[in-house]
Amino acid sequence: MKILVAVKRVVDHAVRVRVKPDGSGVETANVRMSMNPFDKHAVEAAVRLVEAGAATEIVVVSIGPKQSTDVILTALAMGAHRGILIETEARVETLAVAKLLRAVVAEEAPDLVLLGKQAVDDDSNHVGQMLAGLLGWPQATFASEIKVVDSGLEVTREVDYGRATVSVPLPAIVTADLRLNEPRNAALPMVMKARSKPLAVRPVAEFGVDINPRLTIETISPPAERPGGKLVGSADELIAALKSELSELEAL
Amino acid sequence: MAVLVLAEHDLGHLSPATARIVAAAEQLGPVDLLVAGQGVSRVAAEASEIAGVARVLVADNDALAALSPEALVDVLAPLSERYTHIVAASAATGRDTIPRLAAKLDLMPVTDVIAIHGPTRFDRPIYAGNAVETVSSSQPKQLLTIRASAFRPAATGNAAPIEPLLPTVHTVTTFLAAHRTEGDLPDLGTAQIVVAGGVSFGSAEKFRLVEDLAKALGAAVGATRAAVDAGYAPNDWQVGQTGKIVAPDLYIGIGVSGALQHLAGIQGAKKIIAINKDPEAPLMKIADYALVGDLFEIVPALIAGLKRD
Repeated sequence: MKILVAVKRVVDHAVRVRVKPDGSGVETANVRMSMNPFDKHAVEAAVRLVEAGAATEIVVVSIGPKQSTDVILTALAMGAHRGILIETEARVETLAVAKLLRAVVAEEAPDLVLLGKQAVDDDSNHVGQMLAGLLGWPQATFASEIKVVDSGLEVTREVDYGRATVSVPLPAIVTADLRLNEPRNAALPMVMKARSKPLAVRPVAEFGVDINPRLTIETISPPAERPGGKLVGSADELIAALKSELSELEAL
Repeated sequence: MAVLVLAEHDLGHLSPATARIVAAAEQLGPVDLLVAGQGVSRVAAEASEIAGVARVLVADNDALAALSPEALVDVLAPLSERYTHIVAASAATGRDTIPRLAAKLDLMPVTDVIAIHGPTRFDRPIYAGNAVETVSSSQPKQLLTIRASAFRPAATGNAAPIEPLLPTVHTVTTFLAAHRTEGDLPDLGTAQIVVAGGVSFGSAEKFRLVEDLAKALGAAVGATRAAVDAGYAPNDWQVGQTGKIVAPDLYIGIGVSGALQHLAGIQGAKKIIAINKDPEAPLMKIADYALVGDLFEIVPALIAGLKRD
């Protein structure tokens, strides 16, 4: 089995972003960047499939500026074999991301594409589903477990009522949820070795995909501020406050 | 302008999110409600009662039993020609289906909509709710998922006509098993009161204190990611950026520190009560009422106090 994994460089999930005063975006200068956490779970899942003998090759792809080679190197250090950066400075919407990935799928012919379920910057949760739609492949999103079986994969998905297990023939798209696995931190020798693995940097124009955005972002604003509350001194005081809140709710 | 809303349903009943999505979608034009599934006549009857629904379209088909996105797109794609907006709730089915449909129709969807400024202009949160983007679309058709928690529900009392559809549906995935969280707690996404617990409970057994308080209040139960990862609570109780978004009138966080990913899920809460031994926890700073102390003493006292009426 050959696996393609898509990864994105995002503002580190632990950073509390600040909205720029002019409403043009969030402050990303001098902010720590790293691989989207969900994508790390996707890379880890791919590496484990190779370690289990179920897969033979992992190609990792990212779309973004030159610095995105950092997150490809992280994936290579975790155990991916080869990297592709589709280089662009432009804002690329999820639909265009899916179309670029379709072009990579056409070149690489993977049996499985693994992606994070959403990127923690735009919180879209689109690309896996869109790529599946473009390719006409089955999709198993929000995966918390992946098992390889004769007929393809058995994927357990996190859904609104709990979990659901589905059987999916290959080729397929799987998107990773947080409980899929515990991603490894690559040891130093693997980090060194990653630098010698093939990493192709290719301009976005090479793929012949129209990446002009369909949506206009008019403004980015901070969320409404919540006024600070008050400390109560005892459980009895809290019970009184709770009861008065409840009677207000009943009055509604 | 005409809007098609995909109804959310589970176990033969319409989900409470649907009336909220209909109320939001009515701002965009007349609403047809699509009920897709297997054996969904009761769901269709419930759907027809929602105020503002012009027609209920019913796709009842064995291949739709598991509501797979592949099968739902087979139903939605041919219908899409008749509508300017196709709308679903920002819940597992809608999140799974709308982007797949959008790609098939070569459209860029707008998801997790929290405010509608006009037929093509919407607000959606980004960066775990630490920013809100206002986007406008010049596309001929808008595909949306809407956060039910951001809108009030439509009234009932309607009797919209119910029309059967006969779609051609293909299913490629096979549904094997559902692992349900048993219980009769209210729906987390639309509950009026939510009681949530963090990892500091220390065990699944002790986490039952959260459930006990919730029962005393008729509340839904939520949990932090750490509590779910530790196995104290099932995954469908997770509240936050990547879990469920809640907007109750009252949210009670017990031993919940308030990581920004969790706060992303409770921004719509009207009142917040926080109980924590650490007065510096971020949730304590934004709570309307914050009590510092040992949750194993305070929570039983609250339960006893509520029963003492």
